[in-house]
Amino acid sequence: MDDRTWDLIVKAFWPLFVQGVSWTIPLTLASFAVGLVLALLAAVGKLSHVKVFQLAASGYIAIFRGTPLLVQLFIIFYGFPTIGLKIDAIPSAILGFSLNVGAYAAESIRASILAVPTGQLEAAATIGMDYPLALRRVVLPQALRIAVPPLSNTFISLVKDTSLASGIMVAEMFRKAQEIAAPAYAFFWIYVEVALIYLLFCSVLTFGQGKLERHLNRYITA
Amino acid sequence: MGEILVTVDNLHKSFGQNKVLKGVDLKVAQGSVTVLIGPSGSGKTTLLRSLNSLTRPEAGIVGIGSVTVDFGKNPSKSEIRELRAQSGMVFQAHHLFPHRTVIENIVEGPLYVQKEPQAQARERALKLLEQVGLVDKADDYPSSLSGGQQQRVGIARALAMRPKLMLFDEPTSALDPETVGDVLVVIRDLAKAGWTMVIVTHEIRFAEQVADHVAFLDSGVIVEEGSPKQVLTDPREPRTREFLRRVLDPLAAEGVQGDQRLDVPTWAKFDHLSDPQTPYPRETVISGEGI
Repeated sequence: MDDRTWDLIVKAFWPLFVQGVSWTIPLTLASFAVGLVLALLAAVGKLSHVKVFQLAASGYIAIFRGTPLLVQLFIIFYGFPTIGLKIDAIPSAILGFSLNVGAYAAESIRASILAVPTGQLEAAATIGMDYPLALRRVVLPQALRIAVPPLSNTFISLVKDTSLASGIMVAEMFRKAQEIAAPAYAFFWIYVEVALIYLLFCSVLTFGQGKLERHLNRYITA
Repeated sequence: MGEILVTVDNLHKSFGQNKVLKGVDLKVAQGSVTVLIGPSGSGKTTLLRSLNSLTRPEAGIVGIGSVTVDFGKNPSKSEIRELRAQSGMVFQAHHLFPHRTVIENIVEGPLYVQKEPQAQARERALKLLEQVGLVDKADDYPSSLSGGQQQRVGIARALAMRPKLMLFDEPTSALDPETVGDVLVVIRDLAKAGWTMVIVTHEIRFAEQVADHVAFLDSGVIVEEGSPKQVLTDPREPRTREFLRRVLDPLAAEGVQGDQRLDVPTWAKFDHLSDPQTPYPRETVISGEGI
């Protein structure tokens, strides 16, 4: 590696990092938040006794887990305008990511709800709770503890998947890396550098996941 | 019998092909303690759970106080909820909410279902904890309590809803022997305080002491009922007699007598094999089936 390349790497760090903090992270958080709401609805829908809800939830999960995320983003951003529905790049990205994340997280949440013993629902019923209240006060808080490890997986995947938004003109961190690398023809070092910044983000999140799990496990005695 | 609080009329329940309740009638007097006994699979727990519709019978009527539900007529959710509000349930496995502290478990229903003011609910919860002897555990999580303590919190949680009737489903069966007494004392005190209770239990001696009425179930019907003295010490029905013999003296019930009990393994006795009345054939004992 010559001095010029090293210089480029050092100079690129801050712009990349800033792009990551101001685009990649917010994009991830917004998509994950919307995705969790979708996931919760889909999970409860799939567990519902109402056939229509079951079908809608299963269909949604099947479609968004069964097709490539990049293709979904392209359909939303490039495809929809041709049938008269124009959505800007960032809303397109958030829409695509949250629909995708929601489909994956739905199954994690559904499994976690099923992992809460039925006795808990019965106990809730005997103190007069209806199903929505029992879900909110009794089942979901316990399901959350069980869901954190698989949901963290989905969350960390999402951090990295946001790089796909570079394909639909979103100026997130990887797009910035492409812009820095191309004129200098420094693809190897800049892409390695941006990969390491993703790794840094994910490491911090993994640390946070551990803390969250310890907090949620506080009522379990070993 | 005094004023009737609970009326059960011709209750039927099946699980698939298996008919668990075959037309059960029962009356429970206000302020009395009714104990349901019977072999496993006899339907006693199903009967108890039908009283608050945790198990939904196919047919029959359950009336508690002024609330009557006819299960044959497809009752609505609100009817079921109203029936449930009449009774408090204590489970064999307590089913406390593990993510909430002891006091949070108790105020949960009053706060979120009955919309009681927080201060008042807390005050009542502390009184109930005093009653079951666990005030000092108010802010602990259930997982840090012993089985007997957890069960007493379960009782307090049910009482906090101010039900007309308390239901107990084998409240001591899952407990270590040394904590059974604490729970039984709490239940006995409730009986003394005039609570109407229906209790499924295998503690025959306890039933003798607290029950006003004992019903023996077998194969989905009430075979015999009456005062504890009559049913437990002088049963009329052969099936009741056989059951009590098994529960009170398992070895004798297997035909093992006197000194033999010490040195003859029960499975070495074959004299029951030809007896069709034996509910547990020798083979199932040997294979461990149902244990």
